[in-house]
Amino acid sequence: MSESVGGTGETFVTNRPQQPQNPAVPDGWEIIIGLEVHAELATHTKLFSGSLNEFGGEPNTNIDPVTLGLPGALPVLNRQAVELAIRTGLALNCTVQRSVFARKNYFYPDMPKGYQISQYDLPINVDGWLEIPAGQDGAATRIGIERAHLEEDTGKSSHMGGASGRIHDAAYSLIDFNRAGVPLLEIVGRPDLRTADEAKAYVSELRDILVAVGASDGKMEEGSMRVDCNVSVRRIGEGLGTRCEIKNVNTLRGLGRAIDYEARRQIDLINSGEEVQQETRHWNDDTGRTSTLRSKEEATDYRYFPEPDLVVVDPGPEWIESVRAALPMLPRERRARLVERTEVSARGAAIVVERGLDNLVVAAIEAGGDPNRTITHAEHNLAGDDAGRLTPEGLAALTRLEVEGAVTATQAKTLLAAMVERGPSADPVAIAAELGFEAMKSDELDAIVDRLIAEFPDDWAKFCGGENKVMGFFVGQVMKATQGKADGKAVTAALNARKP
Amino acid sequence: MNAVSALELGRQIRDGERSAVEATDAVLARIGERDAGLGALREATVEHARTTAAEIDRRVAAGEAMGPLAGVPVALKDNICTRGLPTTCGSRILEGWRPPYDATVVTRLAAAGMVTVGKTNMDEFAMGSSTENSAYEATVNPLDSSRVPGGSSGGSAAAVAAGLVPLALGSDTGGSIRQPAAFCGVVGVKPTYGRVSRFGLVAYASSLDQIGPFATNVADAAALLEAIAGHDAMDSTSIPEAFPDITARLGDGVDGLRVGLPREFLGDGIAEDVRRRVHAAADALAAAGAVVDETSVPAAAHALSAYYIIAPAEASSNLSRFDGVRFGVRKDAPTTPEMYDLTRSAGFGHEVKNRIMLGTYALSAGYYDAYYGTAQKVRTLVIADFDAAYERFDVLLAPTAPTTAFPRNTLVHDPVKLYQQDICTIPTNLAGHPAMSVPFGTGDDGLPVGVQVLAPALGEVDMFRVAAVLEEVAP
Repeated sequence: MSESVGGTGETFVTNRPQQPQNPAVPDGWEIIIGLEVHAELATHTKLFSGSLNEFGGEPNTNIDPVTLGLPGALPVLNRQAVELAIRTGLALNCTVQRSVFARKNYFYPDMPKGYQISQYDLPINVDGWLEIPAGQDGAATRIGIERAHLEEDTGKSSHMGGASGRIHDAAYSLIDFNRAGVPLLEIVGRPDLRTADEAKAYVSELRDILVAVGASDGKMEEGSMRVDCNVSVRRIGEGLGTRCEIKNVNTLRGLGRAIDYEARRQIDLINSGEEVQQETRHWNDDTGRTSTLRSKEEATDYRYFPEPDLVVVDPGPEWIESVRAALPMLPRERRARLVERTEVSARGAAIVVERGLDNLVVAAIEAGGDPNRTITHAEHNLAGDDAGRLTPEGLAALTRLEVEGAVTATQAKTLLAAMVERGPSADPVAIAAELGFEAMKSDELDAIVDRLIAEFPDDWAKFCGGENKVMGFFVGQVMKATQGKADGKAVTAALNARKP
Repeated sequence: MNAVSALELGRQIRDGERSAVEATDAVLARIGERDAGLGALREATVEHARTTAAEIDRRVAAGEAMGPLAGVPVALKDNICTRGLPTTCGSRILEGWRPPYDATVVTRLAAAGMVTVGKTNMDEFAMGSSTENSAYEATVNPLDSSRVPGGSSGGSAAAVAAGLVPLALGSDTGGSIRQPAAFCGVVGVKPTYGRVSRFGLVAYASSLDQIGPFATNVADAAALLEAIAGHDAMDSTSIPEAFPDITARLGDGVDGLRVGLPREFLGDGIAEDVRRRVHAAADALAAAGAVVDETSVPAAAHALSAYYIIAPAEASSNLSRFDGVRFGVRKDAPTTPEMYDLTRSAGFGHEVKNRIMLGTYALSAGYYDAYYGTAQKVRTLVIADFDAAYERFDVLLAPTAPTTAFPRNTLVHDPVKLYQQDICTIPTNLAGHPAMSVPFGTGDDGLPVGVQVLAPALGEVDMFRVAAVLEEVAP
């Protein structure tokens, strides 16, 4: 809907540290990306009627006169949808305001009334931002949110009897109105994204926020989160280029591919002296290409006007503040909490939060676990599904064994895997004993190191002469001799200590 | 039954002097005998009516406490959805359509024990002021068959005026209850916007539409309005306030009540004989103790122009759902856009197409501010001017229509003149206020003149007090 709303030309405040490297485009070029994400809100019933908001089910079972747009039927706004919209708006740092529903008029068979009820010039949420977590190259970046407004979904058409499954060559079409009237939040991002990776990170972060606040299940594959993507290119430092809107992007991977394909296409056009035409393009995931869906000239005049069947939605400060007070901790805050409590990198914190392991980490630290060893396990040795198999106490006990030198890092990893396998009641101390994991006593290690130095005098001389790569040889020999029971760090220390 | 009011009929049924089935059969018989030449009803709902009436009789016999209108037959304008019963809106595009649900007013009539005996004819989608725009047949004025009954609720007005039914419901978007009531010499009421649920009323212009009663007398109209009014959660624009007991206040008189005569409603466009009746009505109210004075609602002069932007704009959107996909008539074609074209071209009549085009244009990019935006500003001014007038007056008095019932086959060919029929009624719709038409004598042609009582939002009690006095003193 943003095609005719507001000025999206100017970049919102971002704290991007530097121009991100983008191998997808030639040097000196950059891609400007703005995303419009439609998220289905996880309400019990539809936006304007009492029919259930449910995915799947027999076609045309969750319907009623309002859903079908029967003559005389009137919409009544779902309070839960408004609450979820406010929740999301606050989580996206938006201003929540008095809002008005409008009618967007156009004909399409799966749009029952001949108009879609949406919000136009007064959306419920405006002017927010979200932070995409640090990627490989370092820092987190803020991306502007222009608006996040409520609207109703359409039904679903199935075009039958044709080769493409699209309407043009169909013999007939079937319509399922179960989805019609399902509440959507359309989240319009500002054109602050510069690479396909950033765009993917934005969608992924947005999904995590939507799930965290309980607004949506965020399932792209089921269509509960749909992404339209505006792409333009420019030579760095120049003004904005003409943008194309890409539809039918259904996966994160597809989003990245579509952006890079479209950017290349536009750059090639410009380089060959042609102009980019403003248009809506269709992404084909099989061919990996975009193609013209409709040109700017074919764009519909939606004849927006205020919906007379509904009244103004004015949540008021009391409602807004009570929603704010009940917000859960958001991914950004969860990442910050890890960085604060451990020495984890920003990237590491992002990974741990993404896997949903951060609550376990924090609880384990609070149960007396070693902060850095705890987060190291979460970052490198655990998957998201493992959280439920461990107790904070068990994880804390494991890291204490490491700190005390009772087990080596390698043994701890094996021990952790065993704990995950056995479930929450597993006791790391007992398992360590059972597996015969006992840290090698230091005099035992010293004896082995001395024996090996004597056994390989030439290699030892090379090591002493400064050939550090020989270190690996000696560590390997120690591990072999101890059947892996030695702690790598202790071995290194013992070797270095013997250097003349 | 002509001489018996709806409330009296209700009493007879409650007291066992007459059965609801008898009353219903009498009505159905009368419709059968007399409607052929009148065209007031689209359809008599015979079976439904008899079943409902028999149920009422059973409950009366069982000693259940019944409301004042239990067992009383009522006819509904054909844009009010009735489950399982045809609802055409006077349009070909809904021919054969039977709604799967009841409008809220229908549910409330049923709760009051009333018996729906038929659906009444109307201008297609309520667009018209003569009931000559029905796709099925024109309705005739029962008092003079050469005249129109007014519109768009002409079928309901004619059915009550002809004594076919004691009560009927209509809908009023720009005067569609009051003007036909005036032309047919009956009482017609447009309540405050939001008093009566619009759920199940097929929309013409959503921000203006309001359902209201037709009756032969003020007390019957009050009783029917009380039966259908009140908050409805299914209509977001429904007013939360409880509806007052207007029946209890009908005898209050008008002593000390301040009555204004707005000069914009009594200007050159109003026929001399009509104007005389309005002044006579004002004099009668003064004689009954009211304080009468002239006043002004300046923006009302621009109300008609604003209305003919806003109403078609909303209609152009409201009528988009008639696309041949889910209900009603479909004309098949090779592609969906062609199917839309054929279906809508065949299904809608001339005046409906006119207004869809007008409204589409008014909402178009580049014209929105000049047309729709300006019209909304005029609407705001109309409300402000009424508010100012109501600081000095409790009610206003005006003609309902500029003339008495005009001849058939005249104005229907001259849309602008036909639109001017609504000049006295439209300002109230724009403001969302209540107004009602009460018969007050006749014009030079011997046909009834309606005097209109206007009141501020939620001012139905004062409005009905004035109407009751006018009814008493009417010539």
